[in-house]
Amino acid sequence: MSIGSFLLRRLGLGLIAVFGVSILVFSFLHVIPGDPVDQLAGDNADDAQREEIRQCLHLDKPKGEQFLIFVGNIFNGTLGQQCPNPDKLPTVMERINAVMPYTLWLAIGGIAVAVILALPLGIVAAVRQGTAVDTLAAVLSLSGISMPTMLMGPLAILIFFVYLGWFPGPAEPDAPLALFLPSVVVGTHLMAMLSRMTRSSLVDVLREDYMTTARAKGLPNTVVLLKHGLRNALLPVITVAGLQFGAMLSGAIITEKVFARPGLGTLLIEGIQERNYPIVQGSVLVIAVFYVTVNLLVDLAYGLTDPRIRRA
Amino acid sequence: MSKPRNALAKLGLSPSAYVGAVMLLVFVLAGLFGPLVAPYSPVEMILEQSFASPSVQHWLGTDQHGRDALSQLLHGARVALIISASVVFLCAFVGVVLGVISGYFGGIVDEIIMRVVDILMAFPGILLNIAIVATVARPGVGVLILALAINGWVGYARVARGQVLTLRERDYVMAAQCIGASSWLIMRRHIIPNLLSPIMVQMTFGFGSVILVEASLSFLGLGPQVDYTWGALLDQGTTFMWKPGYEYFAIIPGAAIMTVVLGANLLGDGLRDRFDPRHKGRES
Repeated sequence: MSIGSFLLRRLGLGLIAVFGVSILVFSFLHVIPGDPVDQLAGDNADDAQREEIRQCLHLDKPKGEQFLIFVGNIFNGTLGQQCPNPDKLPTVMERINAVMPYTLWLAIGGIAVAVILALPLGIVAAVRQGTAVDTLAAVLSLSGISMPTMLMGPLAILIFFVYLGWFPGPAEPDAPLALFLPSVVVGTHLMAMLSRMTRSSLVDVLREDYMTTARAKGLPNTVVLLKHGLRNALLPVITVAGLQFGAMLSGAIITEKVFARPGLGTLLIEGIQERNYPIVQGSVLVIAVFYVTVNLLVDLAYGLTDPRIRRA
Repeated sequence: MSKPRNALAKLGLSPSAYVGAVMLLVFVLAGLFGPLVAPYSPVEMILEQSFASPSVQHWLGTDQHGRDALSQLLHGARVALIISASVVFLCAFVGVVLGVISGYFGGIVDEIIMRVVDILMAFPGILLNIAIVATVARPGVGVLILALAINGWVGYARVARGQVLTLRERDYVMAAQCIGASSWLIMRRHIIPNLLSPIMVQMTFGFGSVILVEASLSFLGLGPQVDYTWGALLDQGTTFMWKPGYEYFAIIPGAAIMTVVLGANLLGDGLRDRFDPRHKGRES
């Protein structure tokens, strides 16, 4: 497959996925049993107020027109209005913009923690294959994969905030160092995955003939390991790290709840609890578009660097 | 050496895989028999006994409403077992059927099934689960199983399809085709038995991930409307994390979840090493 058709195919798949997601997100409002107006109006609303909310949500219009309005709201950048009183409340996009930095920083922090911990762990495990160090690394990464975020988060708060007082606790998202604990919690799972990948990828590379050649040339061990070994072993690791960035935007929901941090996940859960459908639709759509875009970029970068991928 | 030990040795699994198997076995036994041996009802509130410390009457103490923690944990194991077993078997069945059809017949059927797989994978899984559960006012266990299964079959379908693509080219399949065996017979006799081991490996890992996702949903308040799922217990427990002496409220259900996930991962790794020798020594 040529580069051009590879690009087109991946782009097409991404667009189809986003389109599928927007239809799914739109149908939210319509598959839910009961009238969405009931939830927003409360028990004391009279018929006029209910009618106002119905019009505000465009529920009085035919389904096709509602979908066009929904798509229109995506293109005019508001992602829709909150009801009732759309003029007084911020648009959905404004609310998302307000929390977006928190989510992005958490994702970046998580990736950073994961990479910083996973690389040394994976390298040592691969070089010292079969030794106690290797076993220890395996135990560490398996515990990281198996430890539920819902337990690790509160434990981290208990130890490092309540007992030791080293880091700010929950609900202080703007304090200095507030990003540290949530990043560790979000990054641990990824760290476990990445260190296993680094190890297995490096173990394969260490067996290659060019490694023997490099050693035979008399290069020092560190140069052989880092320049010839790690560089070749890292490609799959970087890919997974990139793909996980998208997953982190949604995976951070639990961590955000534990640390009472604002963020896309918290916004989504709030929206669900208040039955605030425009918010639910908007945040799901934004997370999905992010996820698809990041995956697409990683795929493209990988496809460009490694010609073998294009055939898959 | 006694007979069962011989049989175990023949399986050729690593010691850590046995540890994982024992952890999963404890979970399955707790799910099957836990509610039968649980000393109290998981929902009965005895307010005079709230926050009781672990004792002979209440091995793990009681919660803020005086409910017995051990009984809640054991009943929770039943719910977790029902959910994880149903989701894993449902997903494996649907995934294998679609994957085999896709790989064996190829063409337009393959194209359609694989595009659906692509779309489902292009979307963060837990978001889809949340979306489905959120559309139901009071989701029961059934709704949760469906919500988890809706994208859970994808992994199985990919594994099954990949296997079929290589199996299809084997001489014995060609030979069967030449003597006029029907597609159905070839699939049943030659293809499906040969993909069971990679699917079994996948199912083992699946147990762990289903438990984690279910617990996450319960933790977010979106799980089945049962007070004593492990995720719900953990969620309630974390609210007492800041009360000195009550940390175990969260740690016990958390440890229960972790045992199942760790067990599934250990056994899964061991089975994969055993059935897919290419992997041996590569993954730690």
